[in-house]
Amino acid sequence: MSDTKTIDTMLEVRDIKRDYELPGGFMKPKKTLHAVKGVSFKLERGKTLAIVGESGCGKSTLARMITFIDEPTSGELIIDGKTMDTRPGHLTSEMRQKVQIIFQNPYGSLNPRQKIGDVLGEPLAINTDLSPAERRNRATEMLIKVGLGPEHYNRYPHMFSGGQRQRIAIARALMMNPKLLVLDEPVSALDLSVQAQVLNLLADLQDEFNLTYVFISHDLSVVRYIADEVMVMYFGEAVEYGTRDEVFSNPKHEYTQTLFKATPKADVESIRARIAAKKAASAA
Amino acid sequence: MSLLQIDNLTVEFETANGWFRAVDGVSILVNKAEVLAIVGESGSGKSVSMLAVMGLLPWTAKITADRMLFEGKDIQALSGAERRKLIGKDIAMIFQEPIASLNPCFTVGFQIEEVLRIHLGLGKKERRARAIELFKQVGLPNPEERMNAFPHQMSGGQCQRVMIAIAIACNPKLLIADEPTTALDVTIQKQILDLIMDLQARTGMGLIMITHDMGVVAETADRVVVQYKGRKMEEADVLSLFENPKSNYTKALLAALPENATGDRLTTVSAFFDGNPEPAPSAGASAPGAQA
Repeated sequence: MSDTKTIDTMLEVRDIKRDYELPGGFMKPKKTLHAVKGVSFKLERGKTLAIVGESGCGKSTLARMITFIDEPTSGELIIDGKTMDTRPGHLTSEMRQKVQIIFQNPYGSLNPRQKIGDVLGEPLAINTDLSPAERRNRATEMLIKVGLGPEHYNRYPHMFSGGQRQRIAIARALMMNPKLLVLDEPVSALDLSVQAQVLNLLADLQDEFNLTYVFISHDLSVVRYIADEVMVMYFGEAVEYGTRDEVFSNPKHEYTQTLFKATPKADVESIRARIAAKKAASAA
Repeated sequence: MSLLQIDNLTVEFETANGWFRAVDGVSILVNKAEVLAIVGESGSGKSVSMLAVMGLLPWTAKITADRMLFEGKDIQALSGAERRKLIGKDIAMIFQEPIASLNPCFTVGFQIEEVLRIHLGLGKKERRARAIELFKQVGLPNPEERMNAFPHQMSGGQCQRVMIAIAIACNPKLLIADEPTTALDVTIQKQILDLIMDLQARTGMGLIMITHDMGVVAETADRVVVQYKGRKMEEADVLSLFENPKSNYTKALLAALPENATGDRLTTVSAFFDGNPEPAPSAGASAPGAQA
Protein backbone atom coordinates (compact mmCIF):
# COMPACT_ATOMS: atom_id res chain seq x y z
CA MET A 1 0.00 0.00 0.00
CA SER A 2 3.04 2.22 0.29
CA ASP A 3 3.41 3.27 -3.33
CA THR A 4 -0.13 4.42 -4.10
CA LYS A 5 0.59 8.14 -4.07
CA THR A 6 -1.48 10.07 -6.53
CA ILE A 7 -2.24 7.40 -9.08
CA ASP A 8 -4.72 4.78 -8.04
CA THR A 9 -2.85 1.62 -9.00
CA MET A 10 -5.07 -1.38 -9.52
CA LEU A 11 -2.51 -3.90 -10.62
CA GLU A 12 1.22 -3.94 -10.23
CA VAL A 13 3.46 -6.71 -11.43
CA ARG A 14 7.10 -6.73 -10.35
CA ASP A 15 9.65 -8.81 -12.17
CA ILE A 16 7.31 -11.75 -12.52
CA LYS A 17 8.70 -14.99 -13.92
CA ARG A 18 7.30 -18.35 -14.82
CA ASP A 19 9.36 -21.43 -15.69
CA TYR A 20 8.01 -24.73 -16.85
CA GLU A 21 9.91 -27.95 -16.28
CA LEU A 22 9.86 -30.11 -19.37
CA PRO A 23 10.15 -33.74 -18.37
CA GLY A 24 13.26 -35.50 -19.55
CA GLY A 25 13.38 -39.07 -20.70
CA PHE A 26 15.88 -41.85 -20.91
CA MET A 27 19.25 -40.26 -21.78
CA LYS A 28 17.50 -36.91 -22.06
CA PRO A 29 17.96 -34.37 -19.29
CA LYS A 30 15.15 -32.24 -17.95
CA LYS A 31 14.73 -28.88 -19.56
CA THR A 32 13.46 -25.64 -18.15
CA LEU A 33 11.34 -23.44 -20.35
CA HIS A 34 11.30 -19.79 -19.35
CA ALA A 35 7.82 -18.79 -20.47
CA VAL A 36 7.84 -15.37 -18.84
CA LYS A 37 11.23 -13.87 -18.07
CA GLY A 38 10.70 -11.06 -15.63
CA VAL A 39 7.90 -8.71 -16.60
CA SER A 40 6.99 -5.58 -14.65
CA PHE A 41 4.20 -3.09 -15.14
CA LYS A 42 1.72 -0.89 -13.31
CA LEU A 43 -1.87 -0.34 -14.29
CA GLU A 44 -4.15 2.41 -13.08
CA ARG A 45 -7.73 1.70 -12.03
CA GLY A 46 -10.25 2.00 -14.85
CA LYS A 47 -7.63 1.78 -17.57
CA THR A 48 -6.86 -0.83 -20.18
CA LEU A 49 -3.50 -2.44 -20.76
CA ALA A 50 -3.15 -4.35 -24.01
CA ILE A 51 -0.60 -7.12 -24.23
CA VAL A 52 0.47 -7.92 -27.78
CA GLY A 53 2.67 -10.69 -29.07
CA GLU A 54 2.76 -13.79 -31.22
CA SER A 55 1.75 -17.25 -30.05
CA GLY A 56 4.24 -18.70 -27.61
CA CYS A 57 5.50 -15.33 -26.38
CA GLY A 58 4.15 -15.86 -22.87
CA LYS A 59 1.21 -13.46 -22.95
CA SER A 60 -1.30 -16.10 -21.96
CA THR A 61 0.99 -17.41 -19.22
CA LEU A 62 1.12 -13.88 -17.86
CA ALA A 63 -2.67 -13.75 -17.92
CA ARG A 64 -2.85 -17.04 -16.07
CA MET A 65 -0.53 -15.75 -13.38
CA ILE A 66 -2.52 -12.56 -12.89
CA THR A 67 -5.69 -14.61 -12.46
CA PHE A 68 -4.00 -17.08 -10.06
CA ILE A 69 -4.44 -20.04 -12.40
CA ASP A 70 -0.68 -20.46 -12.54
CA GLU A 71 1.68 -19.76 -9.71
CA PRO A 72 4.57 -17.43 -10.61
CA THR A 73 8.04 -18.93 -10.16
CA SER A 74 9.21 -15.63 -8.73
CA GLY A 75 8.16 -12.01 -8.62
CA GLU A 76 5.46 -10.01 -6.94
CA LEU A 77 1.85 -9.49 -7.82
CA ILE A 78 0.13 -6.53 -6.18
CA ILE A 79 -3.57 -6.19 -6.75
CA ASP A 80 -5.56 -3.29 -5.35
CA GLY A 81 -2.69 -2.35 -3.05
CA LYS A 82 -2.24 -5.80 -1.55
CA THR A 83 0.62 -8.15 -2.27
CA MET A 84 -0.91 -11.41 -3.35
CA ASP A 85 0.29 -14.59 -1.73
CA THR A 86 -0.01 -16.88 -4.69
CA ARG A 87 1.14 -20.06 -3.00
CA PRO A 88 -1.47 -22.80 -3.28
CA GLY A 89 -3.79 -22.75 -0.29
CA HIS A 90 -3.00 -19.15 0.59
CA LEU A 91 -5.48 -17.55 -1.76
CA THR A 92 -8.69 -16.37 -0.19
CA SER A 93 -11.93 -16.39 -2.12
CA GLU A 94 -12.07 -12.64 -1.63
CA MET A 95 -8.84 -12.25 -3.60
CA ARG A 96 -10.11 -14.56 -6.30
CA GLN A 97 -13.32 -12.58 -6.65
CA LYS A 98 -11.44 -9.42 -7.52
CA VAL A 99 -9.89 -10.89 -10.64
CA GLN A 100 -11.76 -12.69 -13.38
CA ILE A 101 -10.73 -14.00 -16.77
CA ILE A 102 -12.49 -14.31 -20.12
CA PHE A 103 -11.06 -16.82 -22.56
CA GLN A 104 -10.63 -16.69 -26.29
CA ASN A 105 -12.91 -19.45 -27.37
CA PRO A 106 -16.48 -19.03 -26.15
CA TYR A 107 -17.30 -22.47 -27.57
CA GLY A 108 -14.80 -24.16 -25.32
CA SER A 109 -15.18 -22.19 -22.12
CA LEU A 110 -18.84 -22.96 -21.42
CA ASN A 111 -20.07 -26.32 -20.18
CA PRO A 112 -22.36 -27.69 -22.91
CA ARG A 113 -24.59 -29.42 -20.37
CA GLN A 114 -25.13 -26.45 -18.09
CA LYS A 115 -27.96 -24.00 -18.61
CA ILE A 116 -26.96 -20.36 -18.95
CA GLY A 117 -28.81 -19.45 -15.76
CA ASP A 118 -26.79 -22.04 -13.86
CA VAL A 119 -23.56 -20.88 -15.47
CA LEU A 120 -24.19 -17.40 -14.09
CA GLY A 121 -25.62 -18.56 -10.75
CA GLU A 122 -22.77 -20.92 -9.92
CA PRO A 123 -20.25 -18.31 -8.70
CA LEU A 124 -22.94 -16.91 -6.40
CA ALA A 125 -23.87 -20.35 -5.09
CA ILE A 126 -20.23 -21.05 -4.25
CA ASN A 127 -19.17 -17.70 -2.85
CA THR A 128 -22.30 -16.23 -1.27
CA ASP A 129 -25.23 -17.45 0.75
CA LEU A 130 -27.87 -15.87 -1.45
CA SER A 131 -31.14 -17.75 -1.81
CA PRO A 132 -31.89 -19.46 -5.14
CA ALA A 133 -34.48 -16.81 -5.95
CA GLU A 134 -32.00 -14.01 -5.37
CA ARG A 135 -29.38 -15.80 -7.44
CA ARG A 136 -31.88 -16.09 -10.23
CA ASN A 137 -32.64 -12.38 -10.05
CA ARG A 138 -28.99 -11.44 -10.12
CA ALA A 139 -28.30 -13.73 -13.06
CA THR A 140 -31.25 -12.32 -15.00
CA GLU A 141 -30.11 -8.75 -14.31
CA MET A 142 -26.66 -9.61 -15.58
CA LEU A 143 -28.08 -11.20 -18.74
CA ILE A 144 -29.89 -7.97 -19.51
CA LYS A 145 -26.78 -5.94 -18.74
CA VAL A 146 -24.71 -7.80 -21.35
CA GLY A 147 -27.42 -7.43 -23.98
CA LEU A 148 -29.19 -10.76 -23.67
CA GLY A 149 -32.66 -11.32 -22.26
CA PRO A 150 -34.43 -13.15 -19.40
CA GLU A 151 -35.71 -15.67 -21.94
CA HIS A 152 -32.14 -16.93 -22.35
CA TYR A 153 -31.94 -18.08 -18.74
CA ASN A 154 -32.96 -21.68 -19.41
CA ARG A 155 -31.07 -22.23 -22.64
CA TYR A 156 -27.93 -24.26 -23.26
CA PRO A 157 -24.70 -22.87 -24.77
CA HIS A 158 -25.19 -24.61 -28.13
CA MET A 159 -28.32 -22.53 -28.71
CA PHE A 160 -26.28 -19.34 -28.92
CA SER A 161 -24.08 -17.77 -31.58
CA GLY A 162 -20.40 -17.07 -31.00
CA GLY A 163 -20.95 -13.43 -30.09
CA GLN A 164 -23.75 -14.30 -27.68
CA ARG A 165 -21.58 -16.94 -26.02
CA GLN A 166 -18.83 -14.40 -25.53
CA ARG A 167 -21.43 -12.16 -23.86
CA ILE A 168 -22.31 -15.04 -21.55
CA ALA A 169 -18.65 -15.53 -20.69
CA ILE A 170 -18.42 -11.81 -19.91
CA ALA A 171 -21.56 -12.00 -17.78
CA ARG A 172 -20.17 -14.95 -15.84
CA ALA A 173 -16.94 -13.08 -15.18
CA LEU A 174 -18.87 -10.07 -13.89
CA MET A 175 -21.15 -11.98 -11.50
CA MET A 176 -18.82 -11.52 -8.52
CA ASN A 177 -18.28 -7.79 -9.19
CA PRO A 178 -14.60 -8.12 -10.02
CA LYS A 179 -12.33 -5.11 -10.20
CA LEU A 180 -9.84 -6.47 -12.66
CA LEU A 181 -10.79 -8.34 -15.79
CA VAL A 182 -8.26 -10.27 -17.84
CA LEU A 183 -9.42 -10.80 -21.42
CA ASP A 184 -7.44 -13.40 -23.32
CA GLU A 185 -8.10 -12.69 -27.02
CA PRO A 186 -11.81 -12.11 -26.38
CA VAL A 187 -12.73 -11.13 -29.93
CA SER A 188 -10.34 -13.05 -32.15
CA ALA A 189 -12.85 -15.88 -32.70
CA LEU A 190 -15.60 -13.45 -33.67
CA ASP A 191 -16.72 -11.92 -36.95
CA LEU A 192 -16.05 -8.27 -37.63
CA SER A 193 -19.66 -7.24 -37.08
CA VAL A 194 -19.93 -9.15 -33.81
CA GLN A 195 -16.49 -7.99 -32.74
CA ALA A 196 -17.67 -4.38 -32.79
CA GLN A 197 -20.64 -5.24 -30.57
CA VAL A 198 -18.53 -7.07 -28.00
CA LEU A 199 -15.90 -4.30 -27.92
CA ASN A 200 -18.64 -1.73 -27.38
CA LEU A 201 -20.09 -3.83 -24.59
CA LEU A 202 -16.69 -4.02 -22.91
CA ALA A 203 -16.31 -0.25 -23.16
CA ASP A 204 -19.79 0.28 -21.67
CA LEU A 205 -19.09 -2.08 -18.79
CA GLN A 206 -15.76 -0.42 -18.10
CA ASP A 207 -17.48 2.96 -17.80
CA GLU A 208 -20.26 1.59 -15.62
CA PHE A 209 -18.22 -0.44 -13.13
CA ASN A 210 -14.87 1.37 -13.40
CA LEU A 211 -13.26 -1.91 -14.41
CA THR A 212 -9.58 -2.36 -15.13
CA TYR A 213 -8.81 -4.49 -18.18
CA VAL A 214 -5.78 -6.49 -19.15
CA PHE A 215 -6.54 -7.12 -22.80
CA ILE A 216 -4.54 -9.74 -24.64
CA SER A 217 -4.64 -9.61 -28.40
CA HIS A 218 -2.62 -9.97 -31.53
CA ASP A 219 -4.84 -7.68 -33.55
CA LEU A 220 -3.26 -4.26 -33.54
CA SER A 221 -6.28 -2.47 -34.93
CA VAL A 222 -8.33 -3.66 -31.95
CA VAL A 223 -5.53 -2.75 -29.55
CA ARG A 224 -5.25 0.73 -30.97
CA TYR A 225 -8.96 1.19 -30.46
CA ILE A 226 -9.32 -0.14 -26.92
CA ALA A 227 -6.01 0.30 -25.08
CA ASP A 228 -4.66 3.08 -22.87
CA GLU A 229 -1.32 1.39 -22.48
CA VAL A 230 0.37 -1.18 -24.65
CA MET A 231 2.96 -3.82 -23.83
CA VAL A 232 4.60 -5.85 -26.56
CA MET A 233 5.95 -9.24 -25.55
CA TYR A 234 8.48 -11.28 -27.46
CA PHE A 235 9.90 -14.60 -26.24
CA GLY A 236 8.80 -14.07 -22.65
CA GLU A 237 10.08 -10.53 -22.34
CA ALA A 238 8.36 -7.18 -22.49
CA VAL A 239 10.23 -5.53 -25.34
CA GLU A 240 8.10 -2.43 -25.49
CA TYR A 241 5.89 -0.77 -22.93
CA GLY A 242 4.26 2.61 -22.99
CA THR A 243 1.08 4.54 -23.60
CA ARG A 244 -0.82 3.71 -26.74
CA ASP A 245 0.20 6.85 -28.54
CA GLU A 246 3.86 6.41 -27.69
CA VAL A 247 3.94 2.84 -28.94
CA PHE A 248 1.90 3.44 -32.07
CA SER A 249 3.58 6.67 -33.14
CA ASN A 250 7.12 5.65 -32.34
CA PRO A 251 7.71 1.91 -32.01
CA LYS A 252 11.25 1.42 -30.75
CA HIS A 253 11.88 -2.29 -30.70
CA GLU A 254 12.54 -4.15 -33.92
CA TYR A 255 9.83 -6.72 -33.25
CA THR A 256 7.19 -4.04 -32.71
CA GLN A 257 8.12 -2.51 -36.03
CA THR A 258 7.83 -5.92 -37.72
CA LEU A 259 4.45 -6.33 -36.12
CA PHE A 260 3.23 -2.99 -37.42
CA LYS A 261 4.50 -3.75 -40.88
CA ALA A 262 2.79 -7.14 -40.89
CA THR A 263 -0.63 -5.78 -39.98
CA PRO A 264 -2.81 -5.51 -43.08
CA LYS A 265 -3.80 -1.98 -43.89
CA ALA A 266 -7.34 -1.41 -45.06
CA ASP A 267 -7.12 2.24 -46.07
CA VAL A 268 -7.60 3.49 -49.59
CA GLU A 269 -4.09 4.95 -49.84
CA SER A 270 -2.34 1.65 -49.24
CA ILE A 271 -4.63 -0.15 -51.68
CA ARG A 272 -3.74 2.43 -54.33
CA ALA A 273 -0.06 1.96 -53.61
CA ARG A 274 -0.38 -1.81 -53.86
CA ILE A 275 -2.25 -1.69 -57.17
CA ALA A 276 0.26 0.74 -58.58
CA ALA A 277 3.12 -1.52 -57.51
CA LYS A 278 1.41 -4.51 -59.09
CA LYS A 279 0.85 -2.69 -62.37
CA ALA A 280 4.47 -1.66 -62.44
CA ALA A 281 5.60 -5.23 -61.74
CA SER A 282 3.46 -6.73 -64.49
CA ALA A 283 4.55 -4.09 -66.99
CA ALA A 284 8.21 -4.71 -66.30
CA MET B 1 -12.01 -16.61 -71.75
CA SER B 2 -12.88 -16.63 -68.11
CA LEU B 3 -11.33 -19.27 -65.92
CA LEU B 4 -14.27 -20.00 -63.71
CA GLN B 5 -17.79 -18.90 -64.38
CA ILE B 6 -20.65 -19.68 -62.05
CA ASP B 7 -24.12 -18.38 -62.76
CA ASN B 8 -26.93 -18.34 -60.25
CA LEU B 9 -25.54 -20.93 -57.86
CA THR B 10 -27.89 -22.13 -55.14
CA VAL B 11 -26.98 -24.59 -52.41
CA GLU B 12 -29.57 -25.96 -50.05
CA PHE B 13 -29.38 -28.28 -47.05
CA GLU B 14 -32.25 -30.22 -45.60
CA THR B 15 -32.94 -29.46 -41.97
CA ALA B 16 -35.71 -30.38 -39.55
CA ASN B 17 -37.46 -27.15 -40.56
CA GLY B 18 -37.29 -27.78 -44.27
CA TRP B 19 -34.68 -26.74 -46.81
CA PHE B 20 -32.16 -24.19 -45.67
CA ARG B 21 -30.69 -22.07 -48.41
CA ALA B 22 -27.01 -21.50 -47.65
CA VAL B 23 -26.16 -19.94 -51.00
CA ASP B 24 -28.84 -18.03 -52.86
CA GLY B 25 -28.33 -17.21 -56.51
CA VAL B 26 -24.68 -16.25 -56.43
CA SER B 27 -22.76 -15.63 -59.63
CA ILE B 28 -19.00 -15.58 -59.63
CA LEU B 29 -16.56 -14.95 -62.40
CA VAL B 30 -12.80 -15.33 -62.17
CA ASN B 31 -10.50 -14.41 -65.01
CA LYS B 32 -7.07 -15.80 -65.65
CA ALA B 33 -4.40 -14.37 -63.35
CA GLU B 34 -7.01 -12.53 -61.37
CA VAL B 35 -7.35 -12.36 -57.59
CA LEU B 36 -10.94 -12.42 -56.47
CA ALA B 37 -11.77 -12.01 -52.79
CA ILE B 38 -15.03 -13.27 -51.36
CA VAL B 39 -15.81 -11.52 -48.08
CA GLY B 40 -18.52 -12.23 -45.59
CA GLU B 41 -19.12 -13.22 -42.01
CA SER B 42 -19.60 -16.80 -40.88
CA GLY B 43 -22.78 -18.23 -42.33
CA SER B 44 -22.66 -16.00 -45.39
CA GLY B 45 -22.14 -19.01 -47.65
CA LYS B 46 -18.72 -17.98 -48.90
CA SER B 47 -17.07 -21.33 -48.13
CA VAL B 48 -20.08 -23.41 -49.16
CA SER B 49 -20.18 -21.91 -52.64
CA MET B 50 -16.52 -22.81 -53.19
CA LEU B 51 -16.98 -26.30 -51.74
CA ALA B 52 -19.79 -26.73 -54.26
CA VAL B 53 -17.36 -25.90 -57.04
CA MET B 54 -14.88 -28.40 -55.66
CA GLY B 55 -17.59 -31.03 -55.27
CA LEU B 56 -16.75 -31.44 -51.61
CA LEU B 57 -20.23 -31.01 -50.18
CA PRO B 58 -22.05 -34.03 -48.78
CA TRP B 59 -24.52 -35.70 -51.13
CA THR B 60 -27.40 -34.41 -49.02
CA ALA B 61 -26.75 -30.89 -50.28
CA LYS B 62 -28.85 -29.77 -53.20
CA ILE B 63 -26.71 -27.83 -55.64
CA THR B 64 -28.25 -26.07 -58.60
CA ALA B 65 -26.62 -23.64 -60.97
CA ASP B 66 -27.52 -22.30 -64.38
CA ARG B 67 -23.92 -22.68 -65.38
CA MET B 68 -20.74 -23.83 -63.73
CA LEU B 69 -17.90 -23.61 -66.21
CA PHE B 70 -14.21 -24.12 -65.67
CA GLU B 71 -12.25 -23.11 -68.75
CA GLY B 72 -15.45 -23.48 -70.72
CA LYS B 73 -16.05 -27.05 -69.53
CA ASP B 74 -19.21 -27.78 -67.59
CA ILE B 75 -18.19 -29.07 -64.16
CA GLN B 76 -21.65 -30.29 -63.30
CA ALA B 77 -21.71 -32.68 -66.24
CA LEU B 78 -18.47 -34.39 -65.25
CA SER B 79 -18.53 -37.89 -63.80
CA GLY B 80 -16.98 -38.52 -60.40
CA ALA B 81 -13.77 -39.88 -61.86
CA GLU B 82 -13.39 -37.01 -64.31
CA ARG B 83 -14.03 -34.52 -61.60
CA ARG B 84 -11.42 -36.06 -59.31
CA LYS B 85 -8.90 -35.68 -62.11
CA LEU B 86 -9.66 -31.99 -62.29
CA ILE B 87 -9.80 -31.29 -58.59
CA GLY B 88 -6.40 -31.15 -56.98
CA LYS B 89 -4.74 -30.72 -60.34
CA ASP B 90 -6.26 -27.76 -62.16
CA ILE B 91 -8.30 -26.50 -59.23
CA ALA B 92 -6.65 -26.69 -55.83
CA MET B 93 -7.81 -25.54 -52.46
CA ILE B 94 -6.14 -24.42 -49.23
CA PHE B 95 -8.22 -24.75 -46.10
CA GLN B 96 -8.48 -22.73 -42.95
CA GLU B 97 -7.09 -25.14 -40.37
CA PRO B 98 -3.70 -26.26 -41.69
CA ILE B 99 -3.02 -28.77 -38.93
CA ALA B 100 -6.47 -30.32 -39.21
CA SER B 101 -6.38 -30.63 -42.99
CA LEU B 102 -3.21 -32.73 -43.07
CA ASN B 103 -3.43 -36.41 -42.21
CA PRO B 104 -1.73 -36.90 -38.83
CA CYS B 105 -0.81 -40.52 -39.61
CA PHE B 106 1.46 -39.84 -42.58
CA THR B 107 4.57 -37.76 -43.07
CA VAL B 108 4.10 -34.56 -45.01
CA GLY B 109 6.49 -35.92 -47.60
CA PHE B 110 4.17 -38.87 -48.23
CA GLN B 111 1.20 -36.55 -48.50
CA ILE B 112 2.74 -34.29 -51.10
CA GLU B 113 4.15 -37.24 -53.06
CA GLU B 114 0.69 -38.78 -53.16
CA VAL B 115 -0.55 -35.80 -55.17
CA LEU B 116 2.38 -36.00 -57.56
CA ARG B 117 1.89 -39.76 -58.01
CA ILE B 118 -1.85 -39.65 -58.65
CA HIS B 119 -2.10 -36.55 -60.82
CA LEU B 120 1.23 -36.49 -62.60
CA GLY B 121 2.27 -40.14 -62.41
CA LEU B 122 5.86 -39.30 -61.55
CA GLY B 123 8.36 -41.99 -60.56
CA LYS B 124 9.72 -42.36 -57.07
CA LYS B 125 12.90 -40.32 -57.51
CA GLU B 126 11.25 -37.57 -59.55
CA ARG B 127 8.50 -37.31 -56.96
CA ARG B 128 10.96 -36.81 -54.15
CA ALA B 129 12.97 -34.26 -56.07
CA ARG B 130 9.86 -32.33 -57.04
CA ALA B 131 8.50 -32.44 -53.48
CA ILE B 132 11.75 -31.02 -52.10
CA GLU B 133 11.70 -28.35 -54.77
CA LEU B 134 8.14 -27.42 -53.82
CA PHE B 135 9.04 -27.25 -50.13
CA LYS B 136 11.89 -24.93 -51.04
CA GLN B 137 9.53 -22.82 -53.10
CA VAL B 138 7.16 -22.28 -50.17
CA GLY B 139 10.06 -21.41 -47.88
CA LEU B 140 10.20 -24.39 -45.54
CA PRO B 141 13.58 -24.62 -43.83
CA ASN B 142 15.52 -27.90 -44.32
CA PRO B 143 13.19 -29.32 -46.99
CA GLU B 144 14.99 -32.72 -47.12
CA GLU B 145 14.53 -33.29 -43.41
CA ARG B 146 11.02 -31.92 -43.45
CA MET B 147 9.94 -34.66 -45.85
CA ASN B 148 9.96 -37.14 -42.98
CA ALA B 149 8.20 -34.90 -40.47
CA PHE B 150 4.67 -35.50 -39.27
CA PRO B 151 2.17 -32.62 -39.14
CA HIS B 152 2.25 -32.46 -35.34
CA GLN B 153 5.99 -31.82 -35.42
CA MET B 154 5.50 -28.55 -37.24
CA SER B 155 3.99 -25.20 -36.32
CA GLY B 156 0.75 -23.89 -37.79
CA GLY B 157 2.58 -21.63 -40.21
CA GLN B 158 4.77 -24.47 -41.43
CA CYS B 159 1.75 -26.75 -41.89
CA GLN B 160 0.09 -24.03 -43.94
CA ARG B 161 3.22 -23.87 -46.09
CA VAL B 162 2.97 -27.63 -46.64
CA MET B 163 -0.70 -27.23 -47.59
CA ILE B 164 0.25 -24.55 -50.09
CA ALA B 165 3.01 -26.76 -51.49
CA ILE B 166 0.48 -29.58 -51.97
CA ALA B 167 -2.00 -27.20 -53.56
CA ILE B 168 0.48 -25.81 -56.08
CA ALA B 169 2.18 -29.18 -56.73
CA CYS B 170 0.47 -29.66 -60.09
CA ASN B 171 0.61 -26.01 -61.15
CA PRO B 172 -3.13 -25.41 -60.78
CA LYS B 173 -4.90 -22.90 -62.96
CA LEU B 174 -7.14 -21.87 -60.11
CA LEU B 175 -6.27 -21.78 -56.44
CA ILE B 176 -9.02 -21.40 -53.87
CA ALA B 177 -7.74 -20.22 -50.49
CA ASP B 178 -10.39 -20.57 -47.80
CA GLU B 179 -9.37 -18.30 -44.91
CA PRO B 180 -5.73 -19.36 -45.29
CA THR B 181 -4.45 -17.15 -42.49
CA THR B 182 -7.25 -16.95 -39.96
CA ALA B 183 -5.62 -19.33 -37.48
CA LEU B 184 -2.20 -17.69 -37.75
CA ASP B 185 -0.35 -14.83 -36.07
CA VAL B 186 -0.09 -11.46 -37.76
CA THR B 187 3.57 -11.86 -38.63
CA ILE B 188 3.04 -15.39 -39.98
CA GLN B 189 -0.10 -14.18 -41.79
CA LYS B 190 2.02 -11.62 -43.58
CA GLN B 191 4.53 -14.27 -44.65
CA ILE B 192 1.82 -16.66 -45.91
CA LEU B 193 -0.04 -13.92 -47.78
CA ASP B 194 3.20 -12.72 -49.35
CA LEU B 195 3.97 -16.29 -50.38
CA ILE B 196 0.55 -16.86 -51.96
CA MET B 197 0.61 -13.52 -53.76
CA ASP B 198 4.15 -14.12 -54.98
CA LEU B 199 3.22 -17.56 -56.34
CA GLN B 200 0.13 -16.10 -57.95
CA ALA B 201 2.12 -13.36 -59.66
CA ARG B 202 4.79 -15.79 -60.88
CA THR B 203 2.54 -18.59 -62.13
CA GLY B 204 -0.33 -16.40 -63.29
CA MET B 205 -2.93 -18.66 -61.76
CA GLY B 206 -6.38 -17.44 -60.83
CA LEU B 207 -6.88 -17.01 -57.11
CA ILE B 208 -10.04 -16.94 -55.05
CA MET B 209 -9.36 -15.63 -51.56
CA ILE B 210 -12.15 -16.38 -49.10
CA THR B 211 -11.85 -14.29 -45.97
CA HIS B 212 -13.71 -12.26 -43.38
CA ASP B 213 -10.80 -9.92 -42.79
CA MET B 214 -11.10 -6.62 -44.64
CA GLY B 215 -7.37 -6.10 -44.12
CA VAL B 216 -6.57 -9.26 -46.08
CA VAL B 217 -8.92 -8.13 -48.84
CA ALA B 218 -7.22 -4.76 -49.04
CA GLU B 219 -3.80 -6.38 -49.26
CA THR B 220 -4.53 -9.04 -51.85
CA ALA B 221 -7.60 -8.63 -54.04
CA ASP B 222 -8.14 -7.23 -57.52
CA ARG B 223 -11.88 -7.64 -57.34
CA VAL B 224 -14.17 -8.30 -54.38
CA VAL B 225 -17.49 -10.05 -53.91
CA VAL B 226 -19.28 -9.25 -50.66
CA GLN B 227 -21.68 -11.93 -49.46
CA TYR B 228 -24.22 -11.82 -46.69
CA LYS B 229 -26.62 -14.59 -45.68
CA GLY B 230 -25.99 -16.51 -48.87
CA ARG B 231 -26.58 -13.59 -51.19
CA LYS B 232 -24.22 -11.39 -53.10
CA MET B 233 -24.44 -7.86 -51.75
CA GLU B 234 -21.89 -6.19 -53.92
CA GLU B 235 -19.20 -6.80 -56.46
CA ALA B 236 -16.58 -4.22 -57.27
CA ASP B 237 -12.89 -3.78 -57.84
CA VAL B 238 -11.02 -3.42 -54.61
CA LEU B 239 -10.36 0.29 -54.77
CA SER B 240 -13.91 1.34 -55.47
CA LEU B 241 -15.18 -1.06 -52.82
CA PHE B 242 -13.16 0.68 -50.12
CA GLU B 243 -13.49 4.16 -51.57
CA ASN B 244 -17.10 4.13 -52.51
CA PRO B 245 -19.02 1.13 -51.19
CA LYS B 246 -22.44 0.80 -52.75
CA SER B 247 -24.39 -1.64 -50.64
CA ASN B 248 -25.43 -0.79 -47.11
CA TYR B 249 -23.87 -3.97 -45.83
CA THR B 250 -20.41 -3.14 -47.16
CA LYS B 251 -20.69 0.34 -45.69
CA ALA B 252 -21.61 -1.21 -42.35
CA LEU B 253 -18.70 -3.65 -42.50
CA LEU B 254 -16.22 -0.90 -43.22
CA ALA B 255 -17.65 1.27 -40.47
CA ALA B 256 -17.23 -1.58 -37.98
CA LEU B 257 -13.47 -1.74 -38.55
CA PRO B 258 -11.77 -0.57 -35.35
CA GLU B 259 -9.42 1.67 -37.33
CA ASN B 260 -12.40 3.53 -38.74
CA ALA B 261 -13.85 4.22 -35.30
CA THR B 262 -15.14 7.69 -34.70
CA GLY B 263 -15.76 8.70 -31.12
CA ASP B 264 -15.37 6.19 -28.34
CA ARG B 265 -17.78 3.53 -29.61
CA LEU B 266 -17.67 1.44 -32.75
CA THR B 267 -20.46 1.46 -35.28
CA THR B 268 -22.01 -1.96 -35.17
CA VAL B 269 -23.22 -3.58 -38.33
CA SER B 270 -26.74 -4.05 -36.99
CA ALA B 271 -27.05 -0.38 -36.05
CA PHE B 272 -25.87 0.73 -39.45
CA PHE B 273 -27.39 -1.96 -41.56
CA ASP B 274 -30.73 -2.22 -39.80
CA GLY B 275 -31.62 -5.57 -41.35
CA ASN B 276 -32.23 -4.07 -44.73
CA PRO B 277 -30.34 -6.23 -47.18
CA GLU B 278 -31.11 -4.38 -50.36
CA PRO B 279 -28.81 -5.98 -52.86
CA ALA B 280 -26.76 -3.46 -54.70
CA PRO B 281 -27.24 -3.35 -58.45
CA SER B 282 -24.66 -5.80 -59.72
CA ALA B 283 -21.55 -3.89 -60.61
CA GLY B 284 -20.24 -7.06 -62.21
CA ALA B 285 -20.92 -5.87 -65.74
CA SER B 286 -18.20 -3.28 -65.73
CA ALA B 287 -15.72 -4.86 -63.34
CA PRO B 288 -14.62 -8.21 -64.83
CA GLY B 289 -11.65 -7.99 -67.08
CA ALA B 290 -11.09 -4.35 -66.29
CA GLN B 291 -7.70 -5.05 -64.75
CA ALA B 292 -4.55 -5.33 -66.73
